[in-house]
Amino acid sequence: MYATPRYLPFGDCALLVEFGDTISPEVNRRVIALNETIAHAKILGAKETVPTYRSLLIRYDPLETTYDRLVFQVRDIEQKSKKPSLEAVVGKVVTIPVVYGGKYGPDLSFVAQYHRLTEQQVVKLHSDREYRVYMLGFVAGFPYLGEVAEEIATPRLETPRLKVPAGSVGIAEKQTGIYPCDAPGGWRIIGRTPLMLFNAHKQPPAFLKPGETVKFKPISEDEYEIFSEEGKQR
Amino acid sequence: MIFKVLKPGLFTTVQDLGRHGYLEFGVPVSGAMDHFSLAVANLLVENDPNSACLETTLAGPELQALKKTEIAITGGECSPKINDQNVPMWKTLSIQKDDAICFGKMEKGCRAYMSIRGGISTPKILGSRSTYVRGSFGGINGRPLRSRDVIKGFDVSPLEVEYEMPSEMAPQFPDNLVVNVILGPQVDMFTEKGIETFLSSQYTVTLEADRMGYRLEGPNIEHKAKADIISDALLPGAIQVPKNGKPILIMRDAQTTGGYPKIAVVTCPDLDLVGQAKPNIRIEFAKVTIRQAHEKLQAYTKLLNTLSLTFKRKT
Repeated sequence: MYATPRYLPFGDCALLVEFGDTISPEVNRRVIALNETIAHAKILGAKETVPTYRSLLIRYDPLETTYDRLVFQVRDIEQKSKKPSLEAVVGKVVTIPVVYGGKYGPDLSFVAQYHRLTEQQVVKLHSDREYRVYMLGFVAGFPYLGEVAEEIATPRLETPRLKVPAGSVGIAEKQTGIYPCDAPGGWRIIGRTPLMLFNAHKQPPAFLKPGETVKFKPISEDEYEIFSEEGKQR
Repeated sequence: MIFKVLKPGLFTTVQDLGRHGYLEFGVPVSGAMDHFSLAVANLLVENDPNSACLETTLAGPELQALKKTEIAITGGECSPKINDQNVPMWKTLSIQKDDAICFGKMEKGCRAYMSIRGGISTPKILGSRSTYVRGSFGGINGRPLRSRDVIKGFDVSPLEVEYEMPSEMAPQFPDNLVVNVILGPQVDMFTEKGIETFLSSQYTVTLEADRMGYRLEGPNIEHKAKADIISDALLPGAIQVPKNGKPILIMRDAQTTGGYPKIAVVTCPDLDLVGQAKPNIRIEFAKVTIRQAHEKLQAYTKLLNTLSLTFKRKT
């Protein structure tokens, strides 16, 4: 974490506020806190924000404000806001049902062998802890979650798959994530959720939000089928 | 129903000025690759500048009119024809039922825009009619046009006057572009030599160029040390430089986050010119200050406002 945030121009229509250059809950908490403060502050000319692991992008309309004025206002807000403490702002906990292994998690056996664990141990390690939603990106609604236990952190595939099915839950190093739609990808796929993580026809369109907490709940293939059917009817 | 698609063209999509307010959910902005040309096409038929139009890519479609209407064609120089007769671009065109519209070779630029009086009426998804093919939503079922598609529009009264953009005001799409950029946000990850290379060299648009981004070929841009960052936000216009030193220009359909350092970002008005660059076009990057960029953006907005006031029903 930097001692003070860096304010950097991002082209002629955006400002980037950088809090650090590591993946850590402390840095991300500052990002989310500033994002929420700005959402309520109604800053003239600020159009939308993009929270990521370690920075907040603020898109603005230069016809309504200037870069310098925006930096001044955001810095003022940032300095006045209370620094979020470690215990505070644990977002709501969202449970995500996942069927692990088999045809739904083709890389579960690899991850187990890679770490000399059983598949059950990998499932337990993955589903035992709570994960922070650091940001959404890559494809619409894709949550970057962290961090998985060191014992199951696994490098990406050497050659990415051309199509990873929607709902697939993957591991890439210490990150874990969920594919909201069919997409190419190199994460190690260990399971699949029947939940729909992105729906362009819904408001908000994404199921998860940065700052929230996620916990995975192992389910059986039968339960997966039932969930999927219910999902279609919703 | 206004048009039937006889041939879809290479890659023709429905676009407006983009989907704003959903970046935090990972939803790209999408929208016309050349905002100015789309906005003018709309103004020429008295539409709102943000109405949905067709965006063609290199080879345009063949369309048959199902009813009387008015259209305008702007953007890249593409020799449009109505019933095999050449018609001008940047001008209101009257269309009769059964007229056939086709597009010739794209001589200059890469994309043309065809507005329809009243605008295309595909449903708004997250506030926009723009097609986002990778996410399979927007436009016609989230995909490019196909033969036998029908293009629907809103019912509005016919135009009483025709408009024409003065030819000296139409944008030029040269083979050698000079594009304004603002350095940053991660310019400090490059050596002085790397920044000098970036600002003094010509880069060529490769065949890997689409609505998501363009890979450029040219002298390698030198990083100080590492060429990865903790992923952060991307906007159209950002210029990422991965380890191989070859810049990637991020365009309208790109993902909203990325893990390569961004040496600079193209200014908004100049992104329209980049949106008209096809493979083999050469690009030079010129550094401007934020203040200079905002002055140019004001001039760009003023020009559109002036056109908007000029092309108004004279009642």
